[in-house]
Amino acid sequence: MYKNFFRYLISAIFLLGFSVNSNADFKVGFVYVGPTGDHGWTFQHHEGRNAVEAAGIKTTFVESVPEGADAERVIRQLAQSGHDLIFTTSFGYMDPTNKVAKDFPNVKFEHATGYKREHSNVSTYSARFYEGRTLLGHIAGKMTKTNTIGYIASFPIPEVIRGINAMTLAAQKVNPNIKTKIVWVFTWYDPGKEAEAAQALIDQGADVIMQHTDSTAPVQTAEKAGVWSFGQASDMQRFAPKSILTSIIDDWAPYYVERAIAARDGTWNQQDTWHGLKEGMVAMGPYNSAMGADLVKEVEQLQKDLASGKVHSFTGPIYDQKGNILVAEGKVADDGMLAGMSVYVKGVEGDIPK
Amino acid sequence: MALYFFTPFIAIILTILGGGIIFYILGFNPIEALKFYFITPISNLYGFSELLLKATPLCLIAIGLSYCFKSNNWNIGAEGQLTFGAIVGGGVALLFYNQEGFYILPLVILAGAIGGMIFALIPAILKTYFNTNEILVSLMLVYVSKLILDYLVVGPWSNPEGFNFPETRQFSDSSRMPLLFEGLRIHAGIFLALAAVMLSWFILYKTYLGFQIKVSGLSLKTAKYAGFKGKTMILVVFMISGACAGLAGVGEITGPIGQLHRMISPDYGFTAIIVAFLGRLNPFGIIFASLVVALTYLGAETAQIFLQIPKYTGQVFQGMILFFLLASDYLLIFKVKILSLKKNELRH
Repeated sequence: MYKNFFRYLISAIFLLGFSVNSNADFKVGFVYVGPTGDHGWTFQHHEGRNAVEAAGIKTTFVESVPEGADAERVIRQLAQSGHDLIFTTSFGYMDPTNKVAKDFPNVKFEHATGYKREHSNVSTYSARFYEGRTLLGHIAGKMTKTNTIGYIASFPIPEVIRGINAMTLAAQKVNPNIKTKIVWVFTWYDPGKEAEAAQALIDQGADVIMQHTDSTAPVQTAEKAGVWSFGQASDMQRFAPKSILTSIIDDWAPYYVERAIAARDGTWNQQDTWHGLKEGMVAMGPYNSAMGADLVKEVEQLQKDLASGKVHSFTGPIYDQKGNILVAEGKVADDGMLAGMSVYVKGVEGDIPK
Repeated sequence: MALYFFTPFIAIILTILGGGIIFYILGFNPIEALKFYFITPISNLYGFSELLLKATPLCLIAIGLSYCFKSNNWNIGAEGQLTFGAIVGGGVALLFYNQEGFYILPLVILAGAIGGMIFALIPAILKTYFNTNEILVSLMLVYVSKLILDYLVVGPWSNPEGFNFPETRQFSDSSRMPLLFEGLRIHAGIFLALAAVMLSWFILYKTYLGFQIKVSGLSLKTAKYAGFKGKTMILVVFMISGACAGLAGVGEITGPIGQLHRMISPDYGFTAIIVAFLGRLNPFGIIFASLVVALTYLGAETAQIFLQIPKYTGQVFQGMILFFLLASDYLLIFKVKILSLKKNELRH
């Protein structure tokens, strides 16, 4: 993280010196779904904003904006008060973002994790978190003694199912007996529920706990129970130093800086971005020394191969739970299939809630 | 008596002063911060329309709550009644998905009111027939209603084209509240709130029911002695209260939101308790109070946008209003007397 920070600081100083034609009034607005806090989804977006500030661009943020009727007003106010580029950083802002974008054709909008781009001034972006899950799966497959991985899942949307599948496939590759047990908590953030889910999975024999939720409760529960875990969104190592093997880190900073500069310089255009390990939007936290040097080396190699495209998270043959083929041998799943993923792969236990 | 209606203003002035001090401590220019807080949000037509939009559900719920609070029934679960009203109303709206007809919206609104009413009847019946505590029951039912909503939007009612995201389809136009002005979000629901105010003034001050409510609130024993049917009255006030909350919920989902999802209300049901008391449980007072409290929401957003003051100051302001209101009431009712202990008393 610090490495990135200095990278942007240097580029900021550079830009400050050379920005002759920059628009002095150029402002970027951010809408957050939660408080900025010290870890998790919103914190990472806030880090991205800090990087934009460090690049010499003025920014504003509004935190804890409910995804209901209030979101539209906040986005509109940002657009009205002279913000030229607005990042709306939660799925629930999809319709309000498009609605406001219609009325402000000169303002650019960037919506995270959505799929609607109804006007030419709306872009969407998301990260290929599943690539990180592939690395976690590899580690989990090697580290588990009970061959059972516990997964705390939020909502049965393609994003979450993709993560479960990517992890399971990677774990099976190194350990064919892997079973993935899932608890759906139907929330993005609820420490109480998440802790209960983690405990339930541990009681069912899971000795590696993984989460697609935002609080630190699962890793802390894992630390107490003496099982392995992985951090989510931010580096969570300090919350469970013994238990955490590594964390998937959402690094929005490079993208935010790039888009802010593009919007300022008039080169911004509509796009649908889906970046991964290659571009650095998905990054890995430090590896736990308990993994052993060999495994760390393997994982680092796999990370490089995923980034270069040599290895794909969803390489055939992939079967669904009933044994039907999803991706043929030698093929990889295309982005369309990944974007709409709604079935479990073989080895995942239970059904997707309907 | 005049002071009784004057204390809300004292509370608001004290809140503004208190807010100024907090802004000063946080390192902001208090005058500028307060200007962004209380003036900027409503300095144009759009802002004013948003204020009315925000005040509408607060006013509706608070009007309903005033029936309960006036008669010593502590309905704390308006948030749950709002949610359940939205569920029932939203269900009807989904039932008529992609259908045309002038009757659809009235049906949706009616369903919302009935939903809220049914949900409020649960604590009322439990109170009247099983002597349970309505504060606890109505509060706990809030969580029940939210879980029901969660279940529905995740499962059976989720949008079939929505990639399993926890939300329903967008309602069709036939079940959306008509907008009052092109380009603004303020909708016909505001007339529901105004009608509720007028009707409530009439019921509370001009009818036998209103008299019963007033007497029960002042003294339950007197009400019993006068031969009022206490149980029926409890059921009726809860039903009115629930219906109002249900209307607020259905107004939100058929107005600005346009669908059901998990975040239909930023706790309007709880904030409306502050509104009800700030409005002195008086229908017209509640209009005024709902505007003041709605402004604290908008102000918090503007203050964060322009000065990056944390948005949570909005909740601090709401808390301060209630605190200062209760404090000035206390000082109004009780006389403060500083007693000095005599020397011989100290020896004991």
